[in-house]
Amino acid sequence: MRLSLILGAALSALVLALAALSYLWTPGDVTAMDIANRMKPPGAAGLLGTDHFGRDMLSMIMVGARVSIAVALVAVGIGMGLGVPLGLAAAARRGGWLDELIMRGNDLIFAFPSLVIAILITAVFGPGAINAIIAIGIFNIPVFARVARGAALPLWQREFILAARVAGKSRAHISVEHILPNIANLLVVQGTIQFSLAILAEAGLSYVGLGAQPPLPSWGRMLADAQTLVAVAPHLALVPGLAIILTVLGLNLLGDGLRDLLDPRLRRVRT
Amino acid sequence: MSVLQITGLSLTIAGRPVLRDVSLDIGAGEIVALTGESGSGKSMTAFSVMQLLPEGAAPSGHIELDEIDILQADEATLCSLRGQRMGMVFQEPMTALNPVQTIGAQVAEVIRLHSNATRGEAQQQMQEVLIRVGLTPDQVPPSRYPHELSGGQRQRVVIAMAVVMRPRLLIADEPTTALDVTTQAQILDLLQQLVTEDGMGLMIITHDLAVVSQLADRIVVMRHGEVVETGPAAQVLAHPQHPYTQMLREAAAHQVDLPQAEATEPLLVVDKAVRDYPAPARMFGRAAPKRAVDHVSFTLERGERLGLVGESGSGKSTLTRAILGLEPLQAGRIEIDGRNVADNDPTTRAKVQVVFQDPYGSFNPRHRVARLITEPFHLLPDAPTGAARSALVGEMLESVGLSATDADKYIHEFSGGQRQRIAIARALITRPDLILLDEAVSALDVSVRAQILDLLADLCRDSGLTYLFVSHDLAVVREVTDRVLVMKSGQIVEQGVTEQVFTVPDHPYTQALLAASPSLPEAVA
Repeated sequence: MRLSLILGAALSALVLALAALSYLWTPGDVTAMDIANRMKPPGAAGLLGTDHFGRDMLSMIMVGARVSIAVALVAVGIGMGLGVPLGLAAAARRGGWLDELIMRGNDLIFAFPSLVIAILITAVFGPGAINAIIAIGIFNIPVFARVARGAALPLWQREFILAARVAGKSRAHISVEHILPNIANLLVVQGTIQFSLAILAEAGLSYVGLGAQPPLPSWGRMLADAQTLVAVAPHLALVPGLAIILTVLGLNLLGDGLRDLLDPRLRRVRT
Repeated sequence: MSVLQITGLSLTIAGRPVLRDVSLDIGAGEIVALTGESGSGKSMTAFSVMQLLPEGAAPSGHIELDEIDILQADEATLCSLRGQRMGMVFQEPMTALNPVQTIGAQVAEVIRLHSNATRGEAQQQMQEVLIRVGLTPDQVPPSRYPHELSGGQRQRVVIAMAVVMRPRLLIADEPTTALDVTTQAQILDLLQQLVTEDGMGLMIITHDLAVVSQLADRIVVMRHGEVVETGPAAQVLAHPQHPYTQMLREAAAHQVDLPQAEATEPLLVVDKAVRDYPAPARMFGRAAPKRAVDHVSFTLERGERLGLVGESGSGKSTLTRAILGLEPLQAGRIEIDGRNVADNDPTTRAKVQVVFQDPYGSFNPRHRVARLITEPFHLLPDAPTGAARSALVGEMLESVGLSATDADKYIHEFSGGQRQRIAIARALITRPDLILLDEAVSALDVSVRAQILDLLADLCRDSGLTYLFVSHDLAVVREVTDRVLVMKSGQIVEQGVTEQVFTVPDHPYTQALLAASPSLPEAVA
């Protein structure tokens, strides 16, 4: 039952460690081409082989992890940083005009298919990691706003919140002091899930060429480059594909495990 | 011949002993009350009989229902026993019914589950049983949904589902605790009548000794998972043998030694207060707003202890919140010490503090006691800090009967009664002029309740407390107040000196309330 937590944490830690390590050391240079040694299968040249320009795949995966994680981290940060305060404000003014404004704004963003709009944004403002971050981040805002509002609403009915109001504390003050710590566990869980979705989204954007630009390697573009060569060198597609799958799987398992760990209701059933 | 015979029942849940050597039997047509305080194992005894125990439960001993040993029976046998041979009524009727099915469909489902009745026969039986429990088709047709019914009507539906197969044994777990006192009387009458008509055995679980004395033939007193005393109800209540039963009996009839009140000047003035709740929006426009507080006027003098009684939905909670400044008024005004509470002035607000009903929900689980009880300091511009603050926290905790070292603990380390003491400490820390006690002892066991009421009396003696005591429990209000207001449908229908209102009630509603309240017979010395 704790297996998902351990496995998820281990996978996520591995990806993080590889990304961190890439700043200090990589087995090869990700910009150095070596056409003579191109498309070598794993083991023959480097641990994971080489790509169609003869670059070391392991090095590219490591640097690519860095890009994926940075994009996802900032995007989820934007979503949390803006979404959670909006959700808390909506819950504090339940039924008021502020609540209506925030939640209908949310609905508006939800109404657009996120990847299509992300493509639109990068197409208008030019491709690149920064624009991908903004595009993914915007679509994380309503998710966090909804989770925060939904979790905060029942808390506002609790008597300890009434007691705080009797103590003369403002709604903003109560939201920060009493509501936020009590919904933090939900937000952490949602954060890991959104993190995995953001990594997928980043891979999707760079697959269509709108994410991080060459020569910076990215998992999505590695997949796209491998597309025509799948029959000749399947490892070109398998390696970045597996990297994406394992990262997303790890984060999802971590989120599931954290939810079991942090939600006292689920914990009680277990014991 | 007994319907249910429990011999030497012991139960552990995840290795922790819950019941120890419980033995009791219930005859046909007999009403047996299981009583005791929370954690005494009375509900677990009932769940053992139904075999609806939580995971990890390991019962041993014998439970025989009509000579079938339930502990040896397989799941298929149990399923046919539940509902057919034994029925159960739960405490909270709203959660015991499926909100998206009509009451008729839910009763008919029980019938079709346990007999070979055709759809038409089930319909027929369903209508008969609903009439039997007092839900006549012209008033409450079977096509209604649970949310369209009152609490008492919902409990009648639950009872109908439990008795429709004419079970041999009916188990009722606190069947009236969630109901108003007038409704409680009707439900108890109904249960008694069904027992007489069908000759079933009734096991009623209740913490309320007054209910026991009114209904039960025999009483089983439990404590820490053991039966401490058993016997005919009248005899046990009149001459309790075991010290624990004696303590329960005394706590239930507890007399509070309230010091004489010295009313001096008006402290709280409520003048024609009106509070409307907007009705939910409809497709076109809105329905008329619901008036929760309707032109309520009263005055509370400094040093006085005022009671506010009424059934659920009478508007007493709304009025309490309005006094706290948490709800805006549509008309009228509420003044504390001559200042309007609607002005939201911190110094006015600091003069009123509150103790809520739920000892579990009133505290942020993530803060320590010291931080919890100093929360009202937010209202004071010159709140003490540092050592003076900790000293005051210690002093407050000691004044409510706890220790100064409790300040560093988290709230989950305390029992319900201790939490209510902490709630009182929080309310007292700013030395407010007025404290509102909103059902402050309703969720507590009788012995703990007696202690909290004594604490209130002590505080009155030591520091001349003024409070407004809001409760549905007439017996408690009678103990701890000088004057009382009776509220019904948002209006105050009667007010006066407590003793007078309780002995010679004027208004028909007050008379009905008093008549419906079950009371313990006077103790025989």
